[in-house]
Amino acid sequence: MTSREQDHTPRVPVLMLGQTLLVTLQGELQDAVAGQLQDDIVSRIAAGPVTGVVIDITGVDIVDSYLGRVLAEIASSARLMAARTVLAGMRPAVAITLAELGLTLPGLRTALDVGRALALLSHSPPTGSPPHPGRAHHADLC
Amino acid sequence: MQVSEQDPAAGPAARKVGEFLRSRAEQIAQRWADAALFRTVFTVSRDEAVEACKAVVEALAEVAATGRPDDITAPGFHAVREQLGRMAATRARTGSTPAQVAGEVADLSRPAVTLLRGEFDDPAGGQAQDCVLALTVLMGTLRLVVMETTLSQGQELIERQRQQLLEVATPVIKLWEGIVAVPLIGTLDSARSQVVMESLLDAVVAERARYAILDITGVPTVDSLVAQHLMKTVAAARLMGAECIVSGIRPAIAQTIVHLGIDLGNVVTRSSLADALAHALRRQGSAVPPGTPAASLAP
Repeated sequence: MTSREQDHTPRVPVLMLGQTLLVTLQGELQDAVAGQLQDDIVSRIAAGPVTGVVIDITGVDIVDSYLGRVLAEIASSARLMAARTVLAGMRPAVAITLAELGLTLPGLRTALDVGRALALLSHSPPTGSPPHPGRAHHADLC
Repeated sequence: MQVSEQDPAAGPAARKVGEFLRSRAEQIAQRWADAALFRTVFTVSRDEAVEACKAVVEALAEVAATGRPDDITAPGFHAVREQLGRMAATRARTGSTPAQVAGEVADLSRPAVTLLRGEFDDPAGGQAQDCVLALTVLMGTLRLVVMETTLSQGQELIERQRQQLLEVATPVIKLWEGIVAVPLIGTLDSARSQVVMESLLDAVVAERARYAILDITGVPTVDSLVAQHLMKTVAAARLMGAECIVSGIRPAIAQTIVHLGIDLGNVVTRSSLADALAHALRRQGSAVPPGTPAASLAP
């Protein structure tokens, strides 16, 4: 994607909280921005001691199959580098739409908000991949 | 029904009937007040019945004056529609069938026709016959208006009750800190499962719940459609970061699910609400008293 090289491509900020990356998505995610974000996250994981990635989608009104795939790709590539991804703050309307469409995002952990997501990551043992994608969310809490 | 178009004499005859009704309103009302329909509805005072009869006679006169006695949407009926509906409803409450009410309305035409015949010197003459025919058509229209009002009121009632049932039947209960439950009662169709899903997810946000229990003890049967609704709700709750537990699966329902080949896959199921609550509490790390069932089944 050529636009990725351009300097004025808007970037989604990736914050570092301890050993966790925090990404807050707002509104609609453009293709170029999504690609840039995936690159950013992977290189940040590679560069530093990162054990978890929290993606906050409180401000996202629509999650379509494209954004669903981007999220799944981020989670997969993060897992390959021994970091776990938690999706936080999905709104009820978005969850209903995704469930109706059958896009249940298997393999992604979910949490009610960013606080819960951080707690989930700090309680979990730092293993690379969850034992049972789709079934094991919260399983690490007990 | 379009009598006025087929018969050129019907228009003038109807207008003549209108004049007759207007001039004899008091007499007709006095006779109608003794008819079964009005007597049984207005039991308190006869004056009230007479007033009601007069209102109906005036409405009929207005419709007749337009020359179209067969028009049930005539504006003349608007004024008495509500009153007629109330009367029909009162009769229905005392056990009358709609057919009986319609019969009682039909009985009103006899006294009016008798009075109308008396107006003419030659009751067998052509003009008198036209007028009687017009009045009969008009009374038939009144009967239709009563029936239509009754039916539309019944329809409104059903619609209102359906809405109330939707609201009442799906309460979301907070069982514990971080645990909400929905006891599902009755058949689960698409509209209801949508309401359940919305109210459950809203409660998950409001109560900051980690666990959501769907109790299907009150659901009579589980077919593939109901199972699909349940799995959608479970998936949506998971996306919000809450774990869904389906409880209240009776032996018969468990067998049905197996026989239908429905794969409840990743859904956590428990046989009773108590089991589900114990499971959720254990997962939360809360102390659960010993002896609580299903301790060893936690996945």
